[in-house]
Amino acid sequence: MDDFKYIPGVSTLKLDDALCVGCGDCETVCPHGVLVVRERKAIVVGRDACMECGACMTNCPAGAISLNPGVGCAAYILLGWLGLEDKVKACS
Amino acid sequence: MTQKTTSEDFGCRTPSGPAFPMAPKGSQDGCGCSGGSGPSCCGGPGQDDRSGPHEKPGYTLNGFVEDFADTPAGSVPRVRTRLSACDLSRHAAARMGIARSSHRVTPGLYCVGKAGAESPVLVTANYSLSFDALRKELSGIAAWILVLDTRGVNVWCAAGKKTFSTGEVVLQVQQTRLETVVSHKRLVLPQLGAVGVNAHAVKKGCGFEVLWGPVRAADIPAFLKNGMKCTRPMRRVRFSLLDRLVLIPVEVSIMARPAAIVALLLFLLSGIGPGVFSFSASWHRGLMLVTSLALGILAGAVVTPALLPYIPGAAFSKKGALTGIAAALAAVLLHAGTATFAELFALAVVAAAFSSYLAMNFTGATPFTSPSGVEKEMRAALPFQGGALLTALLVWIGAAF
Repeated sequence: MDDFKYIPGVSTLKLDDALCVGCGDCETVCPHGVLVVRERKAIVVGRDACMECGACMTNCPAGAISLNPGVGCAAYILLGWLGLEDKVKACS
Repeated sequence: MTQKTTSEDFGCRTPSGPAFPMAPKGSQDGCGCSGGSGPSCCGGPGQDDRSGPHEKPGYTLNGFVEDFADTPAGSVPRVRTRLSACDLSRHAAARMGIARSSHRVTPGLYCVGKAGAESPVLVTANYSLSFDALRKELSGIAAWILVLDTRGVNVWCAAGKKTFSTGEVVLQVQQTRLETVVSHKRLVLPQLGAVGVNAHAVKKGCGFEVLWGPVRAADIPAFLKNGMKCTRPMRRVRFSLLDRLVLIPVEVSIMARPAAIVALLLFLLSGIGPGVFSFSASWHRGLMLVTSLALGILAGAVVTPALLPYIPGAAFSKKGALTGIAAALAAVLLHAGTATFAELFALAVVAAAFSSYLAMNFTGATPFTSPSGVEKEMRAALPFQGGALLTALLVWIGAAF
């Protein structure tokens, strides 16, 4: 995914360095190489490549990662604004 | 259990079942009678063509089942590792948006090859394309396939919707009595399932350790050979030209109904004029406007996805606006002889506005757009798209007077 750049500076990804135990699970599961473990702590190296899927947050055993997970889908977000998100048919 | 249509409804049955009777060896004219005394020859199924022991009343055997393996947990279907013409036509239907929720296989335990107690367990979703994508990579490999009930949705989307989840993994491990089938305690999960599955919680829930396998099933043979280790490229999602192109038919089919409604509205608006409403004007002028809609669809939903990384701009609405300029030019060139200046303006803007909107809509089909980013571009772009469309339609209606 090196060639694909989306909108920068928006990811809600937060990594609490104090809580991180350096297990590397976040590095393993991230589909875009956003997080790497260096010297026994995870660091964010690709914040603008983050698509907020939440895999890292789901798997962090130390609760060091937070973000607002979701799907980068304009149609779904629009339906959400209209209060109709349960009317999604295409990908239910 | 509610009745669900399955992929069987596409008529793909195992060729050895009673639906496809085959003449037993040594019989004449395809039936069991030998002529002379005895029943008259009817050309029907031979007497030896009985239903097999694995066919059950009320159930049809899937065409991808080769035979059954005996395990301590009972009979487990062994599936083919080559896709049939039937499988491929089902894929084509799914990719075109036909009967989308019917493309599913029954959750539970399957196997490939001579799977034994030491063979790895590969977990997947019950979307038939996911299941087929996995098994077609496993020729020559002995493994168990644990299929989760993701309601016919692929791994990544299901993980996001929490149906490819910790709970579902634990449930299927327990329901299939997997611990009686394999002597090890490891599950290989597709990496994209990590959105919905906490590996540590799975271990707590059923005692099985989760190993994160590659993103793509095609890398599984190498992963298994490599001692269950992934290389870095195996852990990255790609979005090649082919990946983008296969999404276009289903995206267009999803917008077919809304587009038809919009087209109807455009026809109606085109008939407004000095005589209140004219059917002739509605048709002739409407055709021009609907052509702009079609050009907008072409630019925003076909060209923009295809050329995605080559079109400048991070925001998809911007990319769609750029291809929309080309659509606008095409609209103008097509009608330069027949439409007034004001009408040409309207036709151009309608094409560009739809292109920008539909390109923005493609964000939902990509593997790299964040919801925060999409929301940001929507807040910026929707007022422009809506305002431009409204202006153009007002000019269009006004031009009839």
